[in-house]
Amino acid sequence: METRQRPLTPELFKPVGEDYRDNERIAGPSIGFWRDSWYRLRKNKAALVGLVVIVALIAVAYVSPLFSPYTPYAQDMTQTYLNPSGKHLMGTDNFGRDMFVRVWEGMRVSLYIALLAAFFDLAIGVPFGAVSGLLGGRVDGVMQRIIEILNGIPNLVVAILVMVVLDPGILTISVAIGVAGWTSMARIIRGRVLQLRDQEFTLASRSLGAGRRRLLVKHLLPNSLGLIIITLMLTIPSAIFYEAVLSFIGLGIQVPKASLGSLINDGYPQLKFHSYLLWFPAGVFSLLMLSFNLLADGLRDALDPRMRR
Amino acid sequence: MLRYVARRLVIMFVTLFVIITVTFFISKMLPGTPFADDKLTPESRRILYEKYGLDEPLIVQYGKYMLQVVQGNLGNSFYFESRPVTQIILEQAPVSAFIGVQAVIMGLIPGLIFGVAAALRHNSVLDYTATAVAVAGISVPSFVLAPIMQYWIGYKWQLLPIAFFESWAHSIMPSAALAVFVVAIVARYIRAEMLEVLAQDYITLAKAKGLSYMAVVIRHVLRNSLIPLVTVLLPLIVGLVTGSIVIEQIFAIPGIGDLFVRSIQVNDYATILGTTIFFSAFFILAFLVQDILYAIIDPRIRVAGGEG
Amino acid sequence: MAALNGDVLLQVKDLRISFGTYAGEVQAIRGASFDLRHSETLAIVGESGSGKSVAARSIMRLNPEANTMVRGGEILFEGRDILKLNEKQMQRIRGPKIAMVFQDPMTSLDPTMRIGRQIEESLKKHLGMSGRRARERAIELLNLVGIPHAEARVRQYPHQFSGGMRQRVVIAIALSCDPQILIADEPTTALDVTIQAQILELLRELQERIGTSIILITHDLGVVASTAHRIAVMYGGKIVETGTLREIFYNPQMPYTWGLLASIPLPTADRSQELIPIPGSPPSALDPPKGCPFTARCPYAMQICADEMPEYTPFSEEHRAACWLHHQMAPNVEPPARIGGTR
Repeated sequence: METRQRPLTPELFKPVGEDYRDNERIAGPSIGFWRDSWYRLRKNKAALVGLVVIVALIAVAYVSPLFSPYTPYAQDMTQTYLNPSGKHLMGTDNFGRDMFVRVWEGMRVSLYIALLAAFFDLAIGVPFGAVSGLLGGRVDGVMQRIIEILNGIPNLVVAILVMVVLDPGILTISVAIGVAGWTSMARIIRGRVLQLRDQEFTLASRSLGAGRRRLLVKHLLPNSLGLIIITLMLTIPSAIFYEAVLSFIGLGIQVPKASLGSLINDGYPQLKFHSYLLWFPAGVFSLLMLSFNLLADGLRDALDPRMRR
Repeated sequence: MLRYVARRLVIMFVTLFVIITVTFFISKMLPGTPFADDKLTPESRRILYEKYGLDEPLIVQYGKYMLQVVQGNLGNSFYFESRPVTQIILEQAPVSAFIGVQAVIMGLIPGLIFGVAAALRHNSVLDYTATAVAVAGISVPSFVLAPIMQYWIGYKWQLLPIAFFESWAHSIMPSAALAVFVVAIVARYIRAEMLEVLAQDYITLAKAKGLSYMAVVIRHVLRNSLIPLVTVLLPLIVGLVTGSIVIEQIFAIPGIGDLFVRSIQVNDYATILGTTIFFSAFFILAFLVQDILYAIIDPRIRVAGGEG
Repeated sequence: MAALNGDVLLQVKDLRISFGTYAGEVQAIRGASFDLRHSETLAIVGESGSGKSVAARSIMRLNPEANTMVRGGEILFEGRDILKLNEKQMQRIRGPKIAMVFQDPMTSLDPTMRIGRQIEESLKKHLGMSGRRARERAIELLNLVGIPHAEARVRQYPHQFSGGMRQRVVIAIALSCDPQILIADEPTTALDVTIQAQILELLRELQERIGTSIILITHDLGVVASTAHRIAVMYGGKIVETGTLREIFYNPQMPYTWGLLASIPLPTADRSQELIPIPGSPPSALDPPKGCPFTARCPYAMQICADEMPEYTPFSEEHRAACWLHHQMAPNVEPPARIGGTR
């Protein structure tokens, strides 16, 4: 019971003005799916850190060579095996090449390969999965068998085998990794398409006369976009990892070109006396992987509509 | 239930068949030849080719090979002095298996503890650190971790031997390097699963019954979270198989991964084929075991009689 | 229906509960007061978002700990304020004194635990029963709630029961320790109409037999009409009217209640009469209105309604409503003809 703050006047008992009416007014602005997800992503500090680190690494990788007098391939046999110093921030290797520029070159190459691989992943996996899910029936069955068979061999083994058959090079590595990994994207897309297909909005759309293509392009794919982005975010570190393993075995990037994987591979034998040759590329590599994984996790949480509070 | 298993077995064999075929033809496409030793004269090379049947038409080679495989004979290695591939595999596989199983044992318990603790203290400092550690565990690959371990534990502190496989002590570091991955995956998984279970209605009902926190967690939350743990089985095995290829190189362990890599480097077709088949068979078997385990453990599937 | 018993069992006084969300503070309950007497069924009626479920959970202190804020009020039971008890004390209340039945029977039971065990958990913990005795009692309870072949079914899993059966099991669990209060949060919303009738009948029978007081949360006035002794109407986080069944149905005093009653399709109506919904939607809990929460949708709203929350006007011992229309300065308003007296 509050004490009366002001006296009651007959005025107050007149009908209330129109602006207080609420006929079908929707309380609160309707936030779009993407803006809401972006908002949630921003609240996830770990994911933000990941994003910032990735952007920072990319920036350094592309900008720093402009400030350095050295190039990744220039050898100088008088300057071999120098420890990190003011002149050579990450030291030099056995050919006298400045490691700083080499490491960033390596990162650029690794990223490029990863993006290419992700692209192949996308180009093969998404159509495969979408068609498989949409058409269903026998076609789906056959396509699923194909995936099962491909899945029977561990990814790495497939990648290695493909690599061995083709000539080593950036393109073939990307193809190899993409070919090895598209099955998970296909599976995910198929699952999503199946889920969406059964939902009522699809039925509604079809009852309005939408054909398969329209259905796919206007409804199914946009609703899968979130999932595609998340999966891509995860395939990139995965591809970087596979590239590194391939290099480790000796099937990766050949000298004198460099990728993070090949640099780690080269640095490994030097562990005893020139360990910096291993730590720097390994450090950048781990940082990159970590950031992508954090970002992917954050994206997964942010884009999941169930987590709206 | 039995029909389900039988059907899966059939699919398994078909898959294996296709894989063997594909790998066979791929291995034939490998650049280089198995007998690249310059010391061999063309004549001796021809004799060797004949001996291993490499001069016959591809189809014939394929047919003969399949016949062999069905009988359990994976041919003879070119590189390892004609020793039967099967024999070599059987020698080296147990090594990898030992290190792998040890890694799982080392990693499962800490992983579960981390994951459960993180889920129960959601959004606390413990949760964030555990999650961060888990992500790091998945991100930092074995070939970065392993050299680090070798350097510090093996070289600087002289605690454990660095390479080769001469005693049980030699297996600790390789297993530990792999175990990190196990811990990370298990922790992440059990945490996610528990968080989902904790949000379920039946947990609120359990609380509404006036049960103690411990009782609710142990009897309801954990049981429902652990059951799907088998789905983590497969990614785990993949990780271990993949990891072993690298770990064995780094720690100079004579295992299957090392065999695979070396056979590729020297174009030993038979061994490449043999190890790939081995990997695949193992992998597919793991798939099947996972499916069966899941069907057995989940009462919803079990009581209903399994898939028709 | 049994006559009203005067003793008050539970008293909710000026309860204020909010939740912290990333969008801000959601004020779910903004000053609700009601009480529950012995052996009666109190129905709390309201739309989704009115705060009724939150009220139910607050009595049991089952709201998610992390972001629940008690902004004020008391819940008095057995001489103590429930809001001030610690977890251990609450655990002694939940089950033996106050029990709850939830809305969705399909998700209320642990899918990996046998039904019998889920009932026995309570019995063992609160009544200290041995294994065998607990099993016997569990079977008795299943019989009580009308589950056939109880001896066999007690060993089965939840997925082997239909929705209606599962709800009966949940009720059995709730009653297992003879609680004084049973809170049923929309117990029939997720069930078919015929099953709905069975469950309500079951609750009524049990109350007559055992004498438990029931708080029935629902949005369905039809459900209320057949089971409740007294009704509390909730809107926008506040209780806007309370009264006995007859008083609310035959002499409602608040426009929201009028709206609720008017929107029920009458079986006697013919097709020439349109259905009368209440236009608009409930107020935002993030930014609740200053005055009466129903102002924006009320056909009789006055300026004062938007500015200040009205006080309660008593109409009888049990009946009171919070509405400015009862103020002496307000114009005289007749409730719409469709309700009150025509039933």
